[in-house]
Amino acid sequence: MQEPVIADNKTANRELLDFVFSWPKWFFLVGGALNGLIVAGFLVVVVMLWFGLQFLGYSHPVYWGFLIVNFVFWIGVSHAGIMVSAILRLTQAEWRRPVTRAAEVLTIFSLLTAVQFPLIHSGRPWRTMYWTFPYDWNRGAWPNPRSPLVWDPSAIFTYLTSTILFVYVALIPDLALARDRAPNPISRAIYGVLAMGFRGSTRQWRIQAIAGILLSAIILPIFVSVHSIVSWDFAVTSVPGWHNTIFAPYFVIGAVHSGVSAVVTVMIVMRYAFGLKRYITRDHIDSLARLLIVVATVWLFFFMLDLFFGLYGTEPAEVDTWQRRLIEPPWIVLAIIFIFTAYLIPVPMWMFRSVRRNFFLMFVTTILVNIGMWIERYMVVVPALERKSGLTFTYGDYAPSLSEIILVIASFGLVILGFLTFAKLLPIMPAADIKEGQILADRIKVGRANVPAAMRE
Amino acid sequence: MSSAHEASARATAVATLGETIPTDAEVTPLDGRRWGMVIDLDRCTGCQACVVACQAENNIAINEENRVLERRAKTWIRIERYWEGEFPNAKARFIPVLCQHCGNAPCETVCPVWATYHNPEGLNVQVYNRCIGTRFCANGCPYSVRYFNFWNPEWPEPLNNQLNPDVTVRTKGIIEKCTFCLQRINRARVTSKNEDREIADGEVQPACVQSCPTTALVFGDLNDPSTTASRLAESERRYTLLENFGTDPSVVYLKKVDPHVEIDHHHGHHAETAGKHA
Repeated sequence: MQEPVIADNKTANRELLDFVFSWPKWFFLVGGALNGLIVAGFLVVVVMLWFGLQFLGYSHPVYWGFLIVNFVFWIGVSHAGIMVSAILRLTQAEWRRPVTRAAEVLTIFSLLTAVQFPLIHSGRPWRTMYWTFPYDWNRGAWPNPRSPLVWDPSAIFTYLTSTILFVYVALIPDLALARDRAPNPISRAIYGVLAMGFRGSTRQWRIQAIAGILLSAIILPIFVSVHSIVSWDFAVTSVPGWHNTIFAPYFVIGAVHSGVSAVVTVMIVMRYAFGLKRYITRDHIDSLARLLIVVATVWLFFFMLDLFFGLYGTEPAEVDTWQRRLIEPPWIVLAIIFIFTAYLIPVPMWMFRSVRRNFFLMFVTTILVNIGMWIERYMVVVPALERKSGLTFTYGDYAPSLSEIILVIASFGLVILGFLTFAKLLPIMPAADIKEGQILADRIKVGRANVPAAMRE
Repeated sequence: MSSAHEASARATAVATLGETIPTDAEVTPLDGRRWGMVIDLDRCTGCQACVVACQAENNIAINEENRVLERRAKTWIRIERYWEGEFPNAKARFIPVLCQHCGNAPCETVCPVWATYHNPEGLNVQVYNRCIGTRFCANGCPYSVRYFNFWNPEWPEPLNNQLNPDVTVRTKGIIEKCTFCLQRINRARVTSKNEDREIADGEVQPACVQSCPTTALVFGDLNDPSTTASRLAESERRYTLLENFGTDPSVVYLKKVDPHVEIDHHHGHHAETAGKHA
């Protein structure tokens, strides 16, 4: 899809940087409310540190629950950024341009939020350094490289580092733009330092473009590895319902499903909140929705594979877990909500062009997908633990406590506040990228022929 | 099985980490021992004496009623009771379940900080100081014998005076489990070394074994064919718990003899109920 020409350079510069230099009232209201959520979550964490984990819903033998589910969920959402930016960049999908930065920033903040959860959920979080940073590797004391919990921090921190690099490289021309347009000398100086002397010379543009393309290619294997490794947290154990070879691709595609849906939600909110009606159009949401139809269907295919592999083996414990997940009350209620919200409602709706081009319906359906995907993670983690082996005497139940619910809500506050703060301080719309798209879309007359004004990179 | 597994794990660790890990020989002079337990279900009456003894010996926090109700009670050994048949012909079957000290333990591989590892005497050891409480091991354990400390344990006066000085009191946020009364094994090792002899068979008795009124529990070295435990473990009634998980447990169960069932002596197993527990 070729972008239409929408604005000349001057208007684009002004409109895309508008939010960075203005202080609307709602920013303080929303920021304050989100801070309230985060303070509530913080208090819960302090109580957990002081009194142990007794206020959480865990009991014997269900030792993982809401917090791990939330961890998997946010790691999943973080897969949006690279899916949208790197893959669409490499495949030269023109419509990606306004979407990329928001998706990448969503990646950063959902990753930063996700990593909090295994930490606060461990019994002695103040010892996390031993586990996540193998500082004493040479003496062989810490940590154990056979454990997926050691693979996790490696994968996640690699992903986080490379995503921040990726965002920064794409941000440099926009930072230079902000530097040139900043209203006061202090912010001009800060943007100037961050822009690293970017003046827009041909050589600088070439280096920036090559760095972006290289990072896109390098980041892809990391992207696949992160959620694979998160899935191995479950798959390498012998718990029936977890012990499944299909888990890695199933988790990755599920992550893309929920991540791209989250991007659509965020784009629609941005369109109205930041006044970007000219730049985030029905065409963009339409394209993302078409991508989502494919992703959602592949995800459903893997979900069915997971189910069929479980049933085909006819191993009683595995079949029991599936029966509990999908058929037994009260889980059947969750199962129905899950399959309807994650697939059966949104995907058939997306088949219609009028739905794909309707902001309200797209907003609702993508929210539904993420509700469904949250429940999906819950259905993966908890029922398997409740019925872990043939020893029926140890069967247990799990219900989340108030503390866990507060923490989950606070995690949403943390992601949104991070996103909002980023948008306030730095250009959330990739101005340079959008303008590049405009130039590519521009056409000039050469003799009688009407040809593109610029060659592709 | 256990030692081969140990050796290959060590080879991998040495290749990764360099020659910094002490070899088995440096760690212990008692190479080749595998502590194990035989539990004769035909003798077990489900009296729970072992549970109480374990609670007293190992400084396990007091399990108040609401702790049990919220399923957070800690019982390193527990008696699982299963009903067989319909009322009025119902029968209660008891099976004591404790840490199986698996030779191929699912809990050991998943711990990120090596808080649980296999020692050269076949014990699955929990190092409280290392544990950071991810509870991954408790999820991985198919026997569900690992317990998490949700709070700091408290003993009201004068119960705090009966705490065993040989056993660590576990703090909040870590996992604990049966140790086969490691402190008693260590005491026997020191005594026998001072007297310049090997540990005798039956010299080490975990609290549960010592307190069992019907001697349903027998503890000993399973690698030494002369011990009572390893002779009992050869019984035709032997089975290990949840064999399909392939965990190679050090606890061997002997199946209950049901007097009402014909025994097929030619094939050496019960005609009707064979494998029911396994």
